[in-house]
Amino acid sequence: MSLNKIKFDKKIALSFWIIIIALIIAAPTILPVFRLNLLGRYLSLSIVALGVDLIWGYTGLLSLGQGIFFALGGYCAAMYLQITSSSEFPNNIPEFFALYGVEKLPFFWEPFRSPFFTFFAIWIIPALVAGLIGFLVFRNRIKGVYFSILTQASLLVFFNFFNGQQKLINGTNGLKTDVTQLFGQMVGSESMQRIFFWITAILVIAAWFFAKWVVKGRFGNILIGIRDDEPRVRFTGYNPVIFKTIIFSIAGGLAGISGALYTVQSGIVSPQFMTVPFSIEMVIWVAVGGRGTLLGAILGAVFINYAKSLVSEALPASWMFIQGGLFILVVTALPEGVLGWIQGDGPRNLLQRFGLKRKIETYPSLEVNNKEGNNE
Amino acid sequence: MNNKDLLNLIDITVSFEGFLALNKLNLNLKKGELRAVIGPNGAGKTTFLDVITGKVKPTNGEVIFKGKSLVGRKEHKIARLGVGRKFQSPRIFENLTVKENLEISVTTPKSPLNLINKSIKDEQLNEIDRLMKIVNLAQKVNSKAGSLSHGQKQWLEIAMLVGQKPDLMLVDEPVAGLTDEETDLTADLLKSLSGENTVVVIDHDMEFIRRLDSNVSVLNQGTVLCEGTMETIQKDKKVIDVYLGRPED
Repeated sequence: MSLNKIKFDKKIALSFWIIIIALIIAAPTILPVFRLNLLGRYLSLSIVALGVDLIWGYTGLLSLGQGIFFALGGYCAAMYLQITSSSEFPNNIPEFFALYGVEKLPFFWEPFRSPFFTFFAIWIIPALVAGLIGFLVFRNRIKGVYFSILTQASLLVFFNFFNGQQKLINGTNGLKTDVTQLFGQMVGSESMQRIFFWITAILVIAAWFFAKWVVKGRFGNILIGIRDDEPRVRFTGYNPVIFKTIIFSIAGGLAGISGALYTVQSGIVSPQFMTVPFSIEMVIWVAVGGRGTLLGAILGAVFINYAKSLVSEALPASWMFIQGGLFILVVTALPEGVLGWIQGDGPRNLLQRFGLKRKIETYPSLEVNNKEGNNE
Repeated sequence: MNNKDLLNLIDITVSFEGFLALNKLNLNLKKGELRAVIGPNGAGKTTFLDVITGKVKPTNGEVIFKGKSLVGRKEHKIARLGVGRKFQSPRIFENLTVKENLEISVTTPKSPLNLINKSIKDEQLNEIDRLMKIVNLAQKVNSKAGSLSHGQKQWLEIAMLVGQKPDLMLVDEPVAGLTDEETDLTADLLKSLSGENTVVVIDHDMEFIRRLDSNVSVLNQGTVLCEGTMETIQKDKKVIDVYLGRPED
């Protein structure tokens, strides 16, 4: 039974992938650049969703603070772009500093002159911050709802800090990237946006492969073990603190990459990335798509956000109701999310309910037991 | 205390806000010994395992295992030193397959790097095969552990315990909810494990304990009431009073 199921799951995953890749390849020619840019943004959000799936779907850590790492990645990218495009401004520093009378570049901006540093900073800084927060929390055996509250509180701390520091990072106004230059081209220009779309598409697939590699095999099984019965893992000789710190750090790094890609495609990074609702939305994408499926996280992030923009254009103000309804639907009717429902017996049960498919025999287990009865 | 002892519990006291779960408990285990621990509810049997495995820190006293003190060590460190535990109700990873459950137990070293980088060693795979045959789960290799019957779950957990290759096995109520036949098989399995391993079995089931044919320690109110063979303790007046009841029962 389980072997057939694995094959079935593989077929589903494969067909989804074919559809996704076909859409990605077709998108730049079909979609107008405005829509393409939106799709690129939502694809970049699917990377942070993959991280949420790793820590929540697999390891059982419900973080409501992924916005911290998302924003950190975005700020790293934006700082680099601002500083490389600041040659015509007073003191050769980004324009906004003049508003607050700052004449000397704050020290932590200096390394962001280097593209190499920035390239690594985008994912390593969020990963390190996540690792540090995670280690302190996990070492003290804080879990469950207390962990969620603590991550949300950290999010608020970061939000308030970034929001209030005009002289360091332009506070609540954030850092604009669309009018900056990258390799002699305007970041907000159509050709650059097309390139960012491709980079995002490739990185989404790479992130999926990476996440798949992390959860396959024994490492992933320990994560599932921690989710289901952490003390048991401990008594078997594993140290859950290290495993949780690693996976939380990985999710932080993915969030950073996601934030950087989102920033260059939306044209700005601001403390709005660290608001409470946005981090909760990330969890909703994964819940709707399907926890512990990876692919569900990607689909959830892209489709929900695309739906959000379409609905908001047609019926402004109604989106919050739809999103709330979607979440309630998932919690009550599809606890495994849409993909989890498809992979489970969901579609067959539905067809049976409408009489479109014959019911399976009531006690298939009897037959199975008879076959194995000789051995017992 | 002497050199042949694997484990010494010396004057262990555990106090939960004034309530003494264990009260100056002393217990010594020889290497290779099979020991049954019985006692009425609330006698401190599970707390006694919690102290050894590091889940509960004793208020007072010392736990010496292989010459090292276990007090204050983290659970996973104690497990790596060679203390394995089977829980009262079967605690297996229900969302993993039987094989994956066993992989978790036989894998060494138990570090993240080893798990993510390397595939499982051949000798560990052989060990998994051997264990699955011992506990009759060979046909269920790729079934989710959650789909097993209660008895099979108990056995899977015993197999996971053996796979960990601990020097000391602590087995908490291994036959709860098993049929008579399964109970007998479990008793034989545990007997065959002692000798090479040191095994402590906690249970209520007197028939099962008798079948183990081992030394028995009787706990009552957090301390060892009596120790000896089944015959000795059955004649002990104190034990009869607190636990076994009068012969006519």
